[in-house]
Amino acid sequence: MITDPAAPLDQQDERLIHHTGVRGALRDFGQRMRGGDLGSLPVILGLVVIWAVFQVLNPNFLSSTNLVNLTMQSAAVGTIAIGIVLVLLLGEIDLSVGSVSGLSSAILAVGFVQLGLPLPLVLLGSLVAGVLAGLAFGLLRTQFGVPSFVITLGGLLGILGLQLFVLGKTKSINIPFDSVIVQFGQQWFLPAWASYTLIVIAVVVFAGNQLGQARRRAEAGLSASPTSVIVLRSVGLLVLLGVATWYLNLSRGVGAPFALFLLLVVIMHFFLTRTRWGRSVFAVGGNVEAARRAGIRVNRVYISVFVLCSLFAALGGLMAAARAASANSSSGGGDTNLNAIAAAVIGGTSLFGGRGSAFSAVLGIVVIMSINSGLALLFLESYVQYIVTGAVLLLAVVIDSLSRRSRAAAGRA
Amino acid sequence: MTNTGTKSRAPEQLLSLRGITKRFGAVRALSGVDLDVYAGEVVAIVGDNGAGKSTLVKILAGVHPQDGGTVSFGGVPTAIPTPTDSRDLGIATVYQDLSLCDNLDVVSNLWLGRELRKGGALDEVEMEQRSWTLLRELSARIPSVRIPVASLSGGQRQTVAIARSLIGEPNVVILDEPTAALGVAQTAEVLNLIERLRERGLGVILISHNIADVQAVADRIVVLRLGRNNGDFRVADVTSEMIIAAITGATDNSAGRQS
Repeated sequence: MITDPAAPLDQQDERLIHHTGVRGALRDFGQRMRGGDLGSLPVILGLVVIWAVFQVLNPNFLSSTNLVNLTMQSAAVGTIAIGIVLVLLLGEIDLSVGSVSGLSSAILAVGFVQLGLPLPLVLLGSLVAGVLAGLAFGLLRTQFGVPSFVITLGGLLGILGLQLFVLGKTKSINIPFDSVIVQFGQQWFLPAWASYTLIVIAVVVFAGNQLGQARRRAEAGLSASPTSVIVLRSVGLLVLLGVATWYLNLSRGVGAPFALFLLLVVIMHFFLTRTRWGRSVFAVGGNVEAARRAGIRVNRVYISVFVLCSLFAALGGLMAAARAASANSSSGGGDTNLNAIAAAVIGGTSLFGGRGSAFSAVLGIVVIMSINSGLALLFLESYVQYIVTGAVLLLAVVIDSLSRRSRAAAGRA
Repeated sequence: MTNTGTKSRAPEQLLSLRGITKRFGAVRALSGVDLDVYAGEVVAIVGDNGAGKSTLVKILAGVHPQDGGTVSFGGVPTAIPTPTDSRDLGIATVYQDLSLCDNLDVVSNLWLGRELRKGGALDEVEMEQRSWTLLRELSARIPSVRIPVASLSGGQRQTVAIARSLIGEPNVVILDEPTAALGVAQTAEVLNLIERLRERGLGVILISHNIADVQAVADRIVVLRLGRNNGDFRVADVTSEMIIAAITGATDNSAGRQS
């Protein structure tokens, strides 16, 4: 069985096909794609098609100004979608995120504007309301075993009721433009130097992490990515982020809410992939019984995920209210729920649990907002927007199911 | 896969069950069952459906405690009220349905619930290296530990499940029907693995329906019939006809108790 004792510990099996160097990495990538391990490729291709079509129909679509608007629109619902990614990883669903975000908008407006409470206190209150909602869902799910679909459907109505109660007779409350929260939601953009500095820091951290990992793997006698591949990846990341930022900086630049959204995605990605908690989320989503027998406290995982999901929903509600500079009875209503769930699925998080990534929130929300923005620029009526978004969601779900099938055939499950 | 039941060293007694009784409502699943497990020994528990094999395993795994009788571990009387207690005693149970997460790779499955950490984050390098060391020691034929478990064959999955039980450094490993759904080559692979466990000085309890597998790998065969001991044979002294007779009750085997 061991053919070459000098080979790295993980590549000694003669049956294993492995490639080396930059070309090897490319060939591995090609094989993964053919095996149905599509990752983010379908979304990125879809995004390219969507952008090309809308650019042809309206030359303003890919203008820097419009793309900045697009990022500003994405931040709030994208943040909600991070929470949806978490519940989908468990194989659960949360239909109440729209209502939770609406409740948190209402608490912000009533507390800050009508009652004149200090802003930090009101923000904290909104987030605590989110945590309590998530705790209630998590406890109902774990203590009574009710399917999360039903619990959160109840939550959708119940929390919408709370939102209307908090708003009281005033149906709509405007938040003053000169308040910090509205400034944050509408006016704050990263200065150009700051945006480039952040990118350089991110790429240096990424490259350092990869190089360190490769060195430790080599020391441990395992195969490691060659430095050339790591350098290539880092340069690629630098160019991608640099060009995107440069283009946004041509007009207003990177908005503070969007930067916050990206930061949250990166943090959640770290927690999902590099911590024990993240590993147990994937394990519970893959096989609850196996996770339980492995000694994972399954109930705590469920509760933590529902709490986080509602917390992200509440934060998204605050960001939406800040951007709109108002809260009303329809905040978080309409298509907020559907957009957040669609974003997670379109971005590549499986509805079947156990498979996905925090980054799918970014990709998915950019696709949805591109469609919204493109159709708005064409002055099409909102019914077209609903139909197109619905069709894209169905397409994403079909791709999810198909790639699941071909993964099984190619042994990648 | 040779029979090594003729070992001459005096083995250390790990687990000793005396007069174990378990009732489920009006059904007496176990009445007065005795079982001893020594280090470096494979004990097979055989019996027909309803003989009480699974109940006995569940008592050892802490799934449900016995109604009567004593369990001693290393000579000390002890109780196993929960699965955690069972694990803390050093008993690892590999269930028939494997309990693997299909979406996770081999390393993640091996270390699930016991992940190694370095500065708060998972230490993937250390876990992967130690996974390879463990799999090598077991002469396991897993091509890569970074592929999802779903893509492995039945024998390889069983190998991963058994290897996982060793991560916690147990003294006793219980295997529930490890060869039930496997082909010929894969069965041989798993039986080899069981011999590796014995070489490591573990006490192995093997539950099986397959008399040929049991004869190939076990040192001792304990027959249960209708919740009672019905024979305790050294493999060297027994034919498959005698075992089947004890299982079916054709002999009420007092001669088998001699070992």
